[in-house]
Amino acid sequence: MENDMKKSNLFYYRKKITSFIMMSLTFIAALAAIIPLVLIFYYTISKGITYLNIDFFVAMPKPVGESGGGMANAIVGTLILIGIGGAIGIPVGIMTGTYLSEFGNNKFGYIVRFLTDVLSGIPSIVVGVVAYTMVVVPMKHFSALAGGIALGILMIPTITRTTEEMIKLVPHSLREAGLALGIPKWKTTLSIVLKTAWKGIATGVLLGLSRAAGETAPLLFTALGNRFWSTSIGQPIASLTVYIYDYAKSPFEDWNQQAWTAALVLILLISLLSLLFRIITRSKYKTN
Amino acid sequence: MEIKISVKNLEAFYGKNKVLHNISIDIPKNKVLAIIGPSGCGKSTFIRCLNRMHEVVGGSIKGEILLDGEDLTKTDPVLLRKRVGMVFQKPNPFPSMSIFDNVAAGLKLNGVRNKKLITPIVEKCLKQSALWDEVKDQLDKSGANISGGQQQRLCIARTLAVDPEVILMDEPASALDPISTTKIEDLIFQLKKDYTIVIVTHNMQQAARVSDYTAFFYMGEIIEFDETNKIFISPSNKQTEDYVRGRFG
Amino acid sequence: MSYSVSKKEKNNFLKRFFPSNNLGDFIFERLTWLFALSVFLLVILMGYEMYEGSKISMQKFGFDFLVNSEWDPVQEIYGALPIIYGTIVSSLLALIIALPFSIGVAVYLAEVAPPWLEKPLSFLVELLAGIPSVIYGLWGIFVLVPWIRTDVEPYLSDKLGFLPFFRGAPYGFGLLAAVLILTIMVLPIITSITRDVLKSVPRSQREAALALGATKWQSTIIVLKDAKSGILGATMLGFGRAIGETMAVTMVIGNRALISPSLFDPSYTMASVIANEFTEATSEMYLSALIQLALVLFVITIFVNALARLLVWSMDRKWKTT
Repeated sequence: MENDMKKSNLFYYRKKITSFIMMSLTFIAALAAIIPLVLIFYYTISKGITYLNIDFFVAMPKPVGESGGGMANAIVGTLILIGIGGAIGIPVGIMTGTYLSEFGNNKFGYIVRFLTDVLSGIPSIVVGVVAYTMVVVPMKHFSALAGGIALGILMIPTITRTTEEMIKLVPHSLREAGLALGIPKWKTTLSIVLKTAWKGIATGVLLGLSRAAGETAPLLFTALGNRFWSTSIGQPIASLTVYIYDYAKSPFEDWNQQAWTAALVLILLISLLSLLFRIITRSKYKTN
Repeated sequence: MEIKISVKNLEAFYGKNKVLHNISIDIPKNKVLAIIGPSGCGKSTFIRCLNRMHEVVGGSIKGEILLDGEDLTKTDPVLLRKRVGMVFQKPNPFPSMSIFDNVAAGLKLNGVRNKKLITPIVEKCLKQSALWDEVKDQLDKSGANISGGQQQRLCIARTLAVDPEVILMDEPASALDPISTTKIEDLIFQLKKDYTIVIVTHNMQQAARVSDYTAFFYMGEIIEFDETNKIFISPSNKQTEDYVRGRFG
Repeated sequence: MSYSVSKKEKNNFLKRFFPSNNLGDFIFERLTWLFALSVFLLVILMGYEMYEGSKISMQKFGFDFLVNSEWDPVQEIYGALPIIYGTIVSSLLALIIALPFSIGVAVYLAEVAPPWLEKPLSFLVELLAGIPSVIYGLWGIFVLVPWIRTDVEPYLSDKLGFLPFFRGAPYGFGLLAAVLILTIMVLPIITSITRDVLKSVPRSQREAALALGATKWQSTIIVLKDAKSGILGATMLGFGRAIGETMAVTMVIGNRALISPSLFDPSYTMASVIANEFTEATSEMYLSALIQLALVLFVITIFVNALARLLVWSMDRKWKTT
């Protein structure tokens, strides 16, 4: 009996200590996970800031050997690319999401839901290959259009899923209120449901756009890159991410430096996008 | 009347929100105490203070709770909960464990690993909770694959296996059908020989049937505490009378 | 725009063709349905396009494509074995390192952290997932790889050089760098899904354990067991992400089709081969072989993701039924 007491006491201390150690370890893991984030931000900001000036936004890249210059073409190029991508991804995503939440409780709905999930897991480079065979090959040259289409495809799953989830969050009573007034279902969905869910859907759209802005792989052999000023969607176009890739690999120190600056500008661009959306969505819903 | 738990000037909070005001009550040993009152009156919070589950959901308390004369607000909750078991409103067996392992869970969590010791305890507890005959041939089935009433008795068996001194029951039959409810009530009657039981219920007939003592809670305070017969037949407080007569709540 | 007509015959006629009583509703449903259909067709089209594009390579090499270990564009011989090897080894190793960390962070977020700390921490983890791959690669080239070259590899070969995994010249670029960068990249994915899965386990499970005298860790173990299939799904999603990760890996892995036990040696992954060689592919056969690689990657990721989603979905359902 006394022996049992001792044993159970021993176990009690052991389990208390184990619990304390394991809980501390989870805290350490959480801290460790933040370290790379801090490091990446630290280097991007400290290295990128040295070349960050007005020229970077308004000037064109200089040839090898000449220092200075900017990436005006790449900044505009990235914006054009995500514009084309958005023109495809946003309507397809929102409409598909609407279908899934409003009419998607059938077999077809489940399949589409499943496929959007699967699509979100397909590597972006594979989407690039498909855009190449579908657009670049028939057009016979690289183009902003091909790159934009690849980005558009990549946006679809994010926007679809957020749209579906946001619409599902709209209380059923609101919908019934609309229907009870004799408003047809489609009008109720557009004027009441989508309007209520708009803020959440905008967040999904923003997420899709900012992810697209950071994509490189699907652009390598679709939009290709361009050292000159071009806004034509039928021609190859420059982008910040492809510049970062090319300049990071190059043997010229000056270009390496500019790669860091481009990375910083890219992060700023993405943050700006998110800020912009936040301002838009906030002003609309001041009363809440 | 021997006292098992003595609560002195207990106050309980959620954040800055005070939900229990100045509660003092002596809980008698080997009896059933029923806590009644309208919803939101703090009855669940009160029993969750007795095994310090209140702080798990981010609450805090002030005051003294003496278990056999020892202030339980100052002991280790892990040790305390071995002595003060709890059965919850909704049956919550562990779905990833078998029926056998569900009952043995508390023993294993407290370091008993010897199967020769565990097996008889599991059998005894399942018999005590009147579940043995129904599940003895399917002990390796998942704890989630039996009916709601059986799950709740499984949870009671699981609580008994740790050999507690006090069992807290938070509306244990509210999610069950009438037949299962009767079984649980019979069970409570059996168990009070060996255990001190505190049961929260919103069902006054149930309180009248199973308990020896009843405390009426209202707005976070004890309005009246007395023998069950007294509370239900001739309550001394007007509010208590209105409540047990069904005039509000 | 609600549908109303005066003529009875027209009404009947329309009703026969339109199942809904309201023309607007009908058009709305069909319109959204068309978009949903387009997503469905898109996935099929993607598979078809790559199948068509890789036909000549498939005809020439057949099954050899997957088991031949020679990748030689000059001789027009394409065997993807070392590339598949590099893809799987780099992803698996990254997963092995990332998994305990991810579960640790997820447990901290879901079980331990006070609410005021949980939110900002979750935000930071999500931020980590949002950094563009090419920036990871940039950081890899200029910070991680030099550090591996001057500190990590010399240290490892000094202490563990008797193992074949840690031999060779400390070049920096190679499998080790790819594994480390992939670890950082999959960590936020596995973490955030695992956290969600843990949070989907009802609080009553933790309370049941605690009420029996469990410590925080003991109750966490019970929750982790409940969440097993969801965590497995999260891990597979991380694996899917790792095998398809392109830019960061391409920039640090050294890019040589080589099967070597040493982590110091350069390697190659399917995605990085495509990224590196696609624009250089001059012959039709070369291009076809690269498209076939993309097809293999497509099929693997679809399979991995489908399985992962099913596992995570099954978790959601588990608690909804009980």
